[in-house]
Amino acid sequence: MTVTTTSGAASDVAAVRRPRRLRAAWLLALLGVLVVVMVLSLTIGSRSVSIDDVLAALGGATDGFDRASVAKRIPRTLLAVAAGAALAVAGAVMQGVTRNPLADPGILGVTTGASLAVVTGLAFFGLSAATSIVWVAIVGAAATALFVYTVGSLGRGGATPLKLALAGAATSAALASFITAVALPRGDISANIRSWQIGGVGGGTFSSLGQVLPFLAVGLVVCLLSAKALNSLALGDELAAGLGERVAVVRGLSALGAVVLCGAATAVTGPIGFVGLVVPHACRLLTGVDHRWLLPFSAVGGAVLLTAADVVGRVVARPAEIDVGIVTALIGAPFFIWIVRRAKLRAL
Amino acid sequence: MSGADLRSARGASSTAAGAARIASVASDVARGRARRGRRRRAVIGLLAAAVLVVFVLTLMVGRTFYGPGEVLGVVLGQDVPGASFTVGRLRLPRAVLAIAAGLCFGLGGVTFQTMLRNPLASPDIIGISSGASAAAAFAIVTLSLDDAQVSAFAIAAGLAVAVLVYLLSKKGGVAGTRLVLVGIGVAAMLDSLTAYVLSGAAQWDLQEALRWLTGSLNGTSWPQVVPVLVALVVLTPVLLSRSRDLSVTQLGDDTASALGVRVDRTRLVVILAAVGLISFATAACGPIAFVAFLSGPIAARIIGPHGSLLVPSALVGALLVLVADVVGQFALGTRFPVGVVTGVLGAPYLIYLIVRTNRAGGSL
Repeated sequence: MTVTTTSGAASDVAAVRRPRRLRAAWLLALLGVLVVVMVLSLTIGSRSVSIDDVLAALGGATDGFDRASVAKRIPRTLLAVAAGAALAVAGAVMQGVTRNPLADPGILGVTTGASLAVVTGLAFFGLSAATSIVWVAIVGAAATALFVYTVGSLGRGGATPLKLALAGAATSAALASFITAVALPRGDISANIRSWQIGGVGGGTFSSLGQVLPFLAVGLVVCLLSAKALNSLALGDELAAGLGERVAVVRGLSALGAVVLCGAATAVTGPIGFVGLVVPHACRLLTGVDHRWLLPFSAVGGAVLLTAADVVGRVVARPAEIDVGIVTALIGAPFFIWIVRRAKLRAL
Repeated sequence: MSGADLRSARGASSTAAGAARIASVASDVARGRARRGRRRRAVIGLLAAAVLVVFVLTLMVGRTFYGPGEVLGVVLGQDVPGASFTVGRLRLPRAVLAIAAGLCFGLGGVTFQTMLRNPLASPDIIGISSGASAAAAFAIVTLSLDDAQVSAFAIAAGLAVAVLVYLLSKKGGVAGTRLVLVGIGVAAMLDSLTAYVLSGAAQWDLQEALRWLTGSLNGTSWPQVVPVLVALVVLTPVLLSRSRDLSVTQLGDDTASALGVRVDRTRLVVILAAVGLISFATAACGPIAFVAFLSGPIAARIIGPHGSLLVPSALVGALLVLVADVVGQFALGTRFPVGVVTGVLGAPYLIYLIVRTNRAGGSL
């Protein structure tokens, strides 16, 4: 990644407006919220558990019903944290790369594409190893992202938010139909078909978590490294090139990072929408538009949102559970509408 | 001959030539109009014939084959051993619902597309079908209501969503693009509500879930079909009687009122009727994916930009649902719900439409 001093100067100006110490304090506060939400996620469920038992279970004890259920909630909570962070960062990067406020892995159909790739792999190619599922999901996510971006940027005006959102919605509807069509004839998959249409974190185990974590780490590092270049891209392609960025390279690399993040997350959780839309927008209110701050904020914020949404999903329909993908859509869709309403007519 | 005579003679001949030219243009126009009228009637006739043929075929063909005589006997109410059950109880209600729902979706869809002057503003994209579907699922799964009450629930929800989308996208005038985007958001929310309602059911029944998420004709029985037929009989004349006004409102509100159309009242009546059709059909068989969206553009492609699209697109809708149901039942080894087939066929067409309009640079 090209690091330029000029774009640094531009963002230093922004930093003057928002003191670094204040942002760091906000980030710490957000981390504190994350810890609280994680504790809630361990204690609350169809069975509420006392703090003592939670601590004992964290220490490795699995004796007794309470401690055993907490032990099952640990990987679930960690998965929610990891997937939430991944999706939110992916959303923030996609918004930066496409310069489109409505970009989100779910809205652009990228998570559905990953899901379809996994279902196809399971049905026709006998995929079983968890690592190959992650690879397939990433390839599916990349192909869908490329397709949607191509369709959305045809014609006059390039990739406008309306064209991208429409291309994404259409693609995602098509892919969802294909998921049903592929999975329905296969009894073994169609039993789980729901988890490939509506994302959830209930199936998280330490082994599945271990398999995606390397991918998530790589994706996160790539995205964080491209933060500075994304700041230049925000000024427009010509200016960014003038500032010494290799625009196509920056765009490709950071998009790749985002695709790896949401593909890997989807491989374990299924498609979860709107996290990547809501979180970066909310975080911009706290940090401003500097991606070097926005991306870490989004990571923590996404983890908070997905973990909290999972807790809500466990509480509202007791003793049944609502998949977290349903909860995020219920929160996120009104937010999407709010952005659409706020945007100026000409921008749409 | 004097100069004046010459001049008048020349003038007379030129007026005569002009009159002849006007007459020839007028006759060209008349001939063109007649030709297009003939073509239009021919296309509508062909579509209706196609619907009829596929309808009869679906009654005859299945796991067991019944000849036209037996099928006709069943339809006329005679007691034919074997066929009375298979055709009368299983195939006939299913095929009738396929046609009725297709007509409803086709009519309702093209009405919205015409009124909002945007093919993307069809009820299944802007969330009206999703609203009706969520309400129907809620009424059946959670409240265990009967068919008439389910239809009432669905139509109330469909209207509520229509009002909601309109109000949310109204901000210094309703912009078409904003309406579509708001509708997509509302649809996403309502679809997840449907999923929520279904996950609250005792167990996740895949077939039932697919009905409310993509639309299905499986297990159709007469009590489901009746409300849809009633809606068709009552609401279709309402829409057809307004079809001229609807075409005129496309010229813009001011022009339309200058031409004597009461714009607001037309719009209100037309919206009520279209939402009613969509909601009744959705309450019976779920929001069969993309039929409302596809019928209008396909009909326009076949028939050209002449005259009202209401009837052709209703027929296209019926044909789509019938054929897709046959394909879903018999062509693919596994029995797919009809909504999966129309979804697989329809979404690529939506993408194609987006690509084409993006290329042309026009607004959708």
